[in-house]
Parts: sequence; structure tokens; C-alpha cells
Amino acid sequence: MNKRYELNKELAQMLKGGVIMDVTNAEQAKIAEEAGACAVMALERIPADIRAAGGVSRMSDPKLIKEIQEAVTIPVMAKVRIGHFVEAQILEALEIDYIDESEVLSPADDTYHIDKTKFKAPFVCGAKNLGEALRRIEEGASMIRTKGEPGTGDVIQAVIHMRKIQSEMRRMTSLSEDELYNEAKNLQVSYDLLKYVKENGKLPVVNFAAGGVATPADAALMMQLGAEGVFVGSGIFKSGDPAKRANAIVKAVTNFDDPKVLAELSEDLGEAMVGINENEIDLLMSNRGQ
Amino acid sequence: MVVGVLALQGAFIEHQKMLEKLGVETFQIRNRSQLDKPMDGIVLPGGESTTMFRILRDQLMVEPLKKMIHGGLPTFGTCAGLLLLAKQVDNYKSDYLQTMDIEAKKNAYGRQLGSFKAIGEFNGQDNTPFVFIRAPYIVEAKEGVEVLAIVNGKIVAARQNNQFVTAFHPELTDDLTVHKYFVDMLG
Repeated sequence: MNKRYELNKELAQMLKGGVIMDVTNAEQAKIAEEAGACAVMALERIPADIRAAGGVSRMSDPKLIKEIQEAVTIPVMAKVRIGHFVEAQILEALEIDYIDESEVLSPADDTYHIDKTKFKAPFVCGAKNLGEALRRIEEGASMIRTKGEPGTGDVIQAVIHMRKIQSEMRRMTSLSEDELYNEAKNLQVSYDLLKYVKENGKLPVVNFAAGGVATPADAALMMQLGAEGVFVGSGIFKSGDPAKRANAIVKAVTNFDDPKVLAELSEDLGEAMVGINENEIDLLMSNRGQ
Repeated sequence: MVVGVLALQGAFIEHQKMLEKLGVETFQIRNRSQLDKPMDGIVLPGGESTTMFRILRDQLMVEPLKKMIHGGLPTFGTCAGLLLLAKQVDNYKSDYLQTMDIEAKKNAYGRQLGSFKAIGEFNGQDNTPFVFIRAPYIVEAKEGVEVLAIVNGKIVAARQNNQFVTAFHPELTDDLTVHKYFVDMLG
């Protein structure tokens, strides 16, 4: 394994137990950092607004990304369209700390994901099952997150994806060596990666939850289901009191298994994002990029 | 021997695994009351120092922790942990624990593309692997601080009495040299 890929996986290890927040300008980035975010995701519009606006959604303006990089000392991530390796080249030139090849933006390629092994900058990718997660890792992703259903404020899809990945991993640990060959074929993944999962009961990279997390309880739920950290997109800056909610979600991730603390943290946070449930939306972003 | 590992955010499990390999018992510290458990030493792990400090502050853990460190508890800070302990941070307005007489520089090697690995000498021991992830370094070690490792002309490990810091991450390697050094401090 090359050193750069190891370093990129190791940066994700440093983010564990933390909350990565979507921000759309330098001011929001500072609020997120002050609230205790372990990284920020720089984007022009949060997923809820992308959903509302429709049309084609692309990588953010480099000027915005640079302003956010200037504003905070924590890592700055940004999104590129699935398969759009030139957007990724541009983000790498900006010395971005992590690239999210994301289904939230309009896909640029309906077959091929970016060959992430060609890059020095680290990549995080979404997955809704073990096969997707391992295919992204094969392509060079050094961190995985659930897809969830972004911009909805509805945690159900993130729960489904996390449960699915965890239960598939548990099943792998019980397979015999010869059954594993067949499973690699079914999942369209390499035998070696699947063998790692069988032997360790976990992915070879850090696995975060993302999509629809809106409350401290949502964040703690994802942690109890096995997430190693949480992305919060629209949930913070679409709520009544972003700074307070952001800080409560940060502490909910630290204290995810302490219901007493969670009760205190959930108190008087102002209005949560209204949200829409998955049956009310026409576009399921999580189906993008298999 | 029991070591508490600050588990507010970051790579704390990695430290627990290393210490357990050396026969040391560990537990996680996530809240104020867990600071009161008996311990022979404490680890402040890598992660984000701003995140950890915000939680320390909100959970009223700053003063008790400072008191424990001033009281002589063996303390090991890596990366973000180093920043938490440094009296001054050169490019950042630090109001962290500020218990150790060093001046540090945050994100001293730049962003993730500046992260790197090296092999060098730690406390006279050759071939120690160093992993630097968006790492700080020590700009100045004040009086009474012993320098334990230098990489590319920068101080990356130091000790002042009961406080021991590394800018790099020994917990991400298979090499137990650095953790052994800390275990020897536990007395």
C-alpha cells in the first residue's frame, strides 16, 4: 500500500468521533468550527436547497472554497460530481483536505467513478451497501459514508444503509473461504478486500454516517448503529439556532451511549429543519452511482 | 497500571490498543465524572484540538484536568494533544490547557497534502517511525523541557517532568518504542 493512501486513511482516523458540517460561506464555517466540528464541507448550496432549486448541481466556486480555507484551521472538504475527475483535479490544486465524490451533485458519468488512486488528495464516497463501499475503496476511496437521503432531514435512509453495511459485514465473518470467492463475485468486489472484512468484521477504512441527520438523537442513533462519526448537511443551517444545534450534535456524538446526557443536549434547541420524507420526493439521490 | 484516554473525539482507540499491547489497562474518558476514576496516567490523543477543547470547556473538564496535570499525573499528548498542552500556539490564539512550557505551531506542515511519514531517532533510538497528519511542531522548547526527537530541523517530541508530547502519531504504527517511553513514566 502506498504511503499517501495510508496517510489519507489516517487523516480519516483523526476525524473519528467527530461531526463534519456542511457550510456555504466563511461565516458559517467559523460557527461550525467554534461549535466543535472536526471538519467542514464547503459547498455553494446545502443539499436541501439543491433539492429545492433543481437543475444541474456542480463543484463549488474555488473562490468560496479558498475563503472557507482561510477562515478555519480544521480540515476543509468539498464535493465533486460522480465521475468528474477534472473537478477533482481542481480541488486537489486548491489543496483541499478531502474530496467527496458525491451523489448530492448531478452525476457527470453514469458508469465510471473517478479513479481515485490517481490522486494525492483523499476521497470520501457514499455507499448504501457493502458492495458499493468496497467498490469505492477499490477505486481508491480512503473513507466511506452512508449515502442516506441528503437534504431531507429524514434519517431513515442513513439507518437503512448503515444497518445493511453492518449486517453484511457480520455475515461475511461467518463465511468459509470458498463461500467468500462466490460472495466476491456476487458483490462485484475483489476477494482480498472481502477477506479483510471477513477477518476484521469491519471496513479497511473509516465509516461515517451521512444523510438526513437533524438532531442530537439522530447522530447518537447512527453512532450506536456502528458509525464512526457523522456528517450533518442541511440539518444545522436549516434549523432555528444553528450554533446551538451544531454544538449539541457534536456532544451527542461524544456521549452517544449516555441517554442522560443526550436528554440534556436535546433540550431547547429551537426549531429543527422541517424536513421532507422520502415518499414526498421525486429524486432519490442515493440511487446515483452504484 | 491503568491509563485514562481522553475519548471526546479523534484516534483514542488506537492509543488504547498500543497501551494494552504493553500490558497496561485503559479506559475512556468522555465526561467530567470519568476524570475522577483512579489512573496512573492520561493520554490526550490526536484529532481536532478545537473540537476537544470545546467539549472539555462545555463539560467543565478544563480546571480538573489542569489540576491533575499540575499535580504530577503522567500525561502523554499526541498531535492535537500537544496543542492542548502547549503554553503558546504561534499561529493560533490558544486558550487551551497551557500547562507545558513549549511554543507550538498548528498545521505547521500545511494541509493534508503536506502530511508525511519519516523514520528517525527518538530519545536515542534509531529507526522509529513517525507519522505526521496535518501535524504541528514545536517552535520553541523553553527551560526545563527536554527535546526527544527532531525531524527536518523541527522539534517533534519533548518532555517536561510529567508531561510528554509528540507531534507525530506513534499509535498509527506497529512500533511500541514511544508508548514504552510513556509507560516507563508511569512509575
